[in-house]
Amino acid sequence: MKYSTLPLVAGLSFIATGAIADTLTVYTYDGFNSDWGPGPQIEANFEAECGCDLEFVGAGDGAAVLSRLRLEGDNTDADIVLGLDTNLTAAAAETGLFAASGVSGEYDLPIDWTDETFVPFDWGYFAFVAGKDVAAPANFRELADSDLSIVIQDPRSSTPGLGLVMWIEAAYGDDAASIWADLADNIVTVTPGWSEAYGLFLEGEADAVLSYTTSPAYHLIAEEDDTKTSWTFDEGHYMQVEVAGKIAGTDVPELADQFMAFIATEGFQSVIPLTNWMYPVVTPAEGLPAGFETLSTPETALLFSAEDAAAKAPLAIDAWRNALAQ
Amino acid sequence: MAQRAGAVIVPRWPGAIVIALVLLLTVGTLIAVLTRADTFGGLGSADRAAISFTLLQAVLSAAISVIAAIPVARALSRRRFRGRSILITLLGAPFILPVVVAVMGLLAVFGRNGLLNDALTMIGAGRVSIYGLAGVVLAHVFFNLPLAVRMILQGWQSIPAERFRLAAALDAPVFSLLERPMLRAVLPGAFASIFLICLTSFAVALILGGGPKATTVELAIYQAIRFDFALDRAAFLAAIQFAMSLVAAGIAWFLAVPDASGAGLDRMARRWDGASIFSRLSDGLAIVVAAAFLIVPLVLVVLRGIGGLGDVPVQIWPAIVRSVLVAVVSTSLTILAAVALSVRGGRGVVVASALPLAASSLVVGTGLFIMVQPILNPAKIALPVTAMMNALMALPFALRIMEPAVTKAERDFGRLSTSLGIVGWARVRMVILPRIRGSLGFAAGLAAALSMGDLGVIALFATSDQQTLPLLMYQLMGSYRTDAASGAALILLGLSLGAFWICDKWGRHGAEN
Repeated sequence: MKYSTLPLVAGLSFIATGAIADTLTVYTYDGFNSDWGPGPQIEANFEAECGCDLEFVGAGDGAAVLSRLRLEGDNTDADIVLGLDTNLTAAAAETGLFAASGVSGEYDLPIDWTDETFVPFDWGYFAFVAGKDVAAPANFRELADSDLSIVIQDPRSSTPGLGLVMWIEAAYGDDAASIWADLADNIVTVTPGWSEAYGLFLEGEADAVLSYTTSPAYHLIAEEDDTKTSWTFDEGHYMQVEVAGKIAGTDVPELADQFMAFIATEGFQSVIPLTNWMYPVVTPAEGLPAGFETLSTPETALLFSAEDAAAKAPLAIDAWRNALAQ
Repeated sequence: MAQRAGAVIVPRWPGAIVIALVLLLTVGTLIAVLTRADTFGGLGSADRAAISFTLLQAVLSAAISVIAAIPVARALSRRRFRGRSILITLLGAPFILPVVVAVMGLLAVFGRNGLLNDALTMIGAGRVSIYGLAGVVLAHVFFNLPLAVRMILQGWQSIPAERFRLAAALDAPVFSLLERPMLRAVLPGAFASIFLICLTSFAVALILGGGPKATTVELAIYQAIRFDFALDRAAFLAAIQFAMSLVAAGIAWFLAVPDASGAGLDRMARRWDGASIFSRLSDGLAIVVAAAFLIVPLVLVVLRGIGGLGDVPVQIWPAIVRSVLVAVVSTSLTILAAVALSVRGGRGVVVASALPLAASSLVVGTGLFIMVQPILNPAKIALPVTAMMNALMALPFALRIMEPAVTKAERDFGRLSTSLGIVGWARVRMVILPRIRGSLGFAAGLAAALSMGDLGVIALFATSDQQTLPLLMYQLMGSYRTDAASGAALILLGLSLGAFWICDKWGRHGAEN
């Protein structure tokens, strides 16, 4: 694996260097701006166009980014917030800190995108990732009836965990609680975040882990390991759509608009598949990277609107907790 | 010789400053969080369930850790063997490991695919599952047994050599005369420390607890801040954690009867008891069982890490430099604060040795962020804040270790020093510091190692180009790079243990001469 060599000195400086060009500050989750995430390449591509300084500020996961923004309120240094998902956008919009994006576009999403504040930048389907040697159940009921073991994430501390709760809610509605009760004996454990769950799965602690349909692509492309697959469920798969929004109080509004428009272009979208391991919202000209065609593609996409998601989440989490705390 | 009226025997004001800082960082940050709360609601039934589970697991974990530590500490205190000092250092390793790394190590032994289940399958027995209350307690004992052993071992080593000699000469029962009073003085503090550590457990309890049954207060706080943005509930839950911890610390303080049978000449103890075959065997067994329990998971962490070393990205170098710098600064702060407080003594010590342990790091981080952010960009002070927070979190341990030593030095040599006119800073430098060198080295090693392995509040403040080693490791884990993360974990383990070993060695070098 290759990594760009950062000058050590730059890494050591505690104080951000003062920039002469305008600076566009983008808050995002840590993984987005890690050296192997999409951040550095996107930064280079955008700076080549804008003659500005793009600064990514990583702050935990998507939920942490939003809570940081809420703490800062009108004082925030952010011009753009990138990395919320549709389970968080209602709360984000409610802060009143975001401006209309002014961007509309044709997206390669399985759903219509109508939100005027938030612009999608990548997406994926939640799915259980397992070894190919494990017999795949066709839906949640089959999974619940089987002896298969799974690791999931806590919906109270993790975005995929919340995604799974919303998935079962979207697929089963009033029956969600009974599905959870039946799944209880399949769940080996619940972790605070995605990393711990995925780690447990790789260590063989469970047959499958809640992740994304795109996860096997990482193993296939980066590790040349084709033993992983994801289970396709016939009730459909809940989606995660990751979005960006423009802060109304930005001091560089033109630059912020330029970045919002840049999101749907090649310079941003072509970086996504092999760094964030998600689907781009606009397929790059040369198509998806080799290997992505092997991924399973669900027939039905499930997704609540931001308002529905915000309204349903607390009750769905309660149902989850009550069913599993028995 | 009468002492001049008003002379300062030992300086008290530095301790007062430390207490004020501890209060600001714990209670002050909680109030800062409250000021930003929009609503004021009560607790739900889920919160109450979290409180009772938290208490249950913390009591069990602390009790088992302390009870299991007694035979191990006793064996280590009266046996001399090759590699004893390295063994003592290694036994401390789990305590300073990043949680996720330690859990992975434990699962490699006790997990579904672990050594234990492999062995059980081989002999035809059924598989056992670690997940549930048992798993939580097992992991907490794994983390805290080393701490309990070291605290109790310190107690044994603090019994003056002359008394063992006297007991041997009189053929008197060592246990009831010397050991029981010492245990009575040391155990409540050890129990309380571990109880407090387990009180704020979050990731361990959730990962090994198997689900929402094992929800702790810390997780409820996390949810309140991150997902519900209910700052009032977060602050309220944090206040409950404080209350529980203060009650626990208060009870421990009350139960710990200072051992007051007079001073010795401050020499290394030699033991005449424990020569029977039975006690040799039982000591050997205690050491072997504890070593296997604590070291086998570590060996598995190391083995996995070696395979991943080649995948570790070059960003590891600046991350290592940052982590070491932070550790040096936070260790110095911890030791300064602990000396200042120990010399001052009194109730402030109880507060400072309990509050930071009971503080929810998310609430402290959020509160600091609220206080700092209107004044300056939090990212610019991410590393100093991390060093300060790490120092705060290590302070209770440093105090538990150093305060008894300082008290003893004062009790045994205080009157003599005062009569010789050694007061003020000279007293601290000439009388107290040389007497507590062993404790100081141990405390510094612990503080350095804890700082090295702690994620702390860096994630809340830093931008991505200020990664410390633990943050880098978590980011590698979070982007499928599990092999590289194992490699980073091994480097982290090496650095933590190295820092601990250097400081502890320095301290024990002084003690054994």
